[in-house]
Amino acid sequence: MSQGAATTIAGNTPPVTEKRKKNLLSDGQGTLAGFLISPTMLVILFVVGIPILLSLRESVFRKFTTPDPTTGMIPEGESFVGLQNFTDIFAHPQAVDGAWGNIDRLINSFLNVTFFTIICVAIETVIGVAMALIMARAFRGKGFVRAAILVPWAIPTIVSARMWGLIFDADGVMNKILGQQILWLADNSYSQWAVIIADTWKTAPFIGLLTLAGLQTIPSDVYEAARVDGANAWQQFVRITLPMVKPALVVAVLFRTLDTMRMFDLPWGMIGQGKYYVETISMFAYIENNQLRYGTAAAYSLVLFAYIVLVAFIFIRLLGADVIGDEETRAITEQRKRQKALAKAENRKTKLAKTTITSGEFQS
Amino acid sequence: MTHARTTRRVLAAVASVGAVLITAACSSSSTPTGSAAAGGGVNWDERGPITYAQGKDTAGVWAGVLKEWNDAHPNEQVTLIELSPEADQQRADMIKRGQAKSGEFSVMSVDVVWTAEFAANGWLQELPKDKFPTDGMLASAVDAASYFGKLYAYPQSSDGALLYYRSDLLDKAGLKPPTTWDEMQAACDKVLPTQKGMSCYSGQFQKYEGLTCNVAEAVNSAGGEFITADGKPAVNSAEAVAGLTWMVDGFKSGMIPKEAITWKEEESRQAFQDGKILFLRNWPYVYNLASKTDGSSKVAGKFGVSPIPGKTGPGVSTLGGHNIGISAFAKNKGTAGDFIKWIASEAQQKTFLQKGSLAPILESMYADADLNKEFGYLSTLGESIKNAQARPKAVRYGDVTSAIQDATYAALQGQQTPTDAFNGLQTKLEDLLK
Repeated sequence: MSQGAATTIAGNTPPVTEKRKKNLLSDGQGTLAGFLISPTMLVILFVVGIPILLSLRESVFRKFTTPDPTTGMIPEGESFVGLQNFTDIFAHPQAVDGAWGNIDRLINSFLNVTFFTIICVAIETVIGVAMALIMARAFRGKGFVRAAILVPWAIPTIVSARMWGLIFDADGVMNKILGQQILWLADNSYSQWAVIIADTWKTAPFIGLLTLAGLQTIPSDVYEAARVDGANAWQQFVRITLPMVKPALVVAVLFRTLDTMRMFDLPWGMIGQGKYYVETISMFAYIENNQLRYGTAAAYSLVLFAYIVLVAFIFIRLLGADVIGDEETRAITEQRKRQKALAKAENRKTKLAKTTITSGEFQS
Repeated sequence: MTHARTTRRVLAAVASVGAVLITAACSSSSTPTGSAAAGGGVNWDERGPITYAQGKDTAGVWAGVLKEWNDAHPNEQVTLIELSPEADQQRADMIKRGQAKSGEFSVMSVDVVWTAEFAANGWLQELPKDKFPTDGMLASAVDAASYFGKLYAYPQSSDGALLYYRSDLLDKAGLKPPTTWDEMQAACDKVLPTQKGMSCYSGQFQKYEGLTCNVAEAVNSAGGEFITADGKPAVNSAEAVAGLTWMVDGFKSGMIPKEAITWKEEESRQAFQDGKILFLRNWPYVYNLASKTDGSSKVAGKFGVSPIPGKTGPGVSTLGGHNIGISAFAKNKGTAGDFIKWIASEAQQKTFLQKGSLAPILESMYADADLNKEFGYLSTLGESIKNAQARPKAVRYGDVTSAIQDATYAALQGQQTPTDAFNGLQTKLEDLLK
């Protein structure tokens, strides 16, 4: 095992310490730690692990739905169908008319999810950051403005769906303001925009809130120094505010992305079911479930699950979203990077660090 | 080293997933049902406390009704289980009990369109005809409670569509309520030029169950059928397409206001009460609300009701309402049987009409002079229900109705022609009814 760093330092201590540690990352409290977190892990196993396994199992089965022609009774039970629930979008496409032309219903909802996620999150980020900048300012009535901005976030989604439904009604406020007769609540591209507007209204404050938290950690002397150097407001925003608020902002955007991808109640409550311009994968899976087709419902949910995992992975890898916020892990990664760079420069292989000074390893 | 460990972990995970799948595969065998739901072997003399499940009792009639039953049957108490006010949720709750073979809901109030599905899955107890006579009940309502020639529930309440018209405007123009689509159009042509901002007609055209009811009425009233008596789809017939074409043309010509494509029952009722439409197709509940003289309705005392119009004569309404059935897994089926008979009796049906505005299932009550005095629409409604046609009786009704809504809505929005829409629907229905 790795002996590099550890033995050099361990050499200072008397050689009585024959009990070599198996894992350098461990500080000898692994068993205790495992014991302490086991209740949590057990709960996670029951509420997350087992349901996922059961959905996997369900997704390769299909319940009998065809009645017996002589008795009219449906046989009980289900049959193993392999990956048919997944491959049926190619073998037996269920074509629907949505925003993307006449295509399979699952692909249509997949495209809707992607469209909503990109558009909504982009708009929400811009508005959210603007809100955070306003909320961070010190001015009279700051408390009132903060509360007002946060109100939409506090309203349950189904309530805001119904409320925006009234606004977008054919005789509603939106048409009165625009002076037009737009049928938002039918099934067309206006319906998509109705969903986007309502979603942005509700969740931009969330990004605003998390960004505000990030803004408040930026020390004011950085700005002072920038002003002394003659930076204007835009330069301060781009060079100081954005980079320093980025960790908070990336996490906020990640949460919003994952949340938007599983959007359900807003289009359901406002536009209704069976509207292919706004149908998301969650809605489609729910409808399948309601029709007692648990197999396809599980399969579609898994498709969404895989999609969300993929996006989360990309976020964490590419944008470096630091969701866990573990200083130690980050420090180790940094140190490894430095070591690698050094090794490369010296053109040799090296043992990579498995610990840093903060882990308590060196005090033993 | 770490690599090896990760690989081992992944292998272990894969193996455990596989194990779950395999055990699951072994445990799920397909056994034919029928034993539980078949008529034989049921003890109709078993008595004791039971439960009754239905949607939320918004009209507040059930407390009184159940008190009467419970006072008279101290050893056979009935407990009310109120489910969600949303129909989908009620259905889901009942299906859960059915799949778990639970008799928690001894007696259930089942929407007419779910009855076939519940019966086919063996969740409803078949009712032997010698023990459960249906004399005097509306034939269409009894039909809606039957599946494969067997009775699975008693009709509990019925419902049919009515045409609400502005009697003040028709009288002024010297017109009678229309019985055909052409007469309705002619009446509009005569009345509307003097009424600014008023449209001719509306029903419910939002994409939901109400759209299925409306398009079924148009198709049936034009002489077509969604599904023929022998269970084959027939929506690509010229008559069926003519029904849909009437609706599509109505939107094109402005006979139906453009925004009606987003209307459900309440929006269309509001439009009629605000004097925005001359004719409204809706359910009987509108009558009392539109008659209110507290200022909420601008048409109080200025409207009348008639059966809905059709292509060449009176139209065919869609049958609504609920059936009351007994769970196949319930205990005390003797009490349950007595209870549903009691609910279907004239005295209780009268209570439901008077306190809950629910249309009775007994034919004689529609001719009752006293009740007609109390409910001005009753004899018209009786006529409507007598001619009414049930929605397609399909085990996979949920799929059938969404296919119908898809085709209809696409035609109404102009994405497809009526002929194309119904040709596509025909293919889908053939697949669903296989």
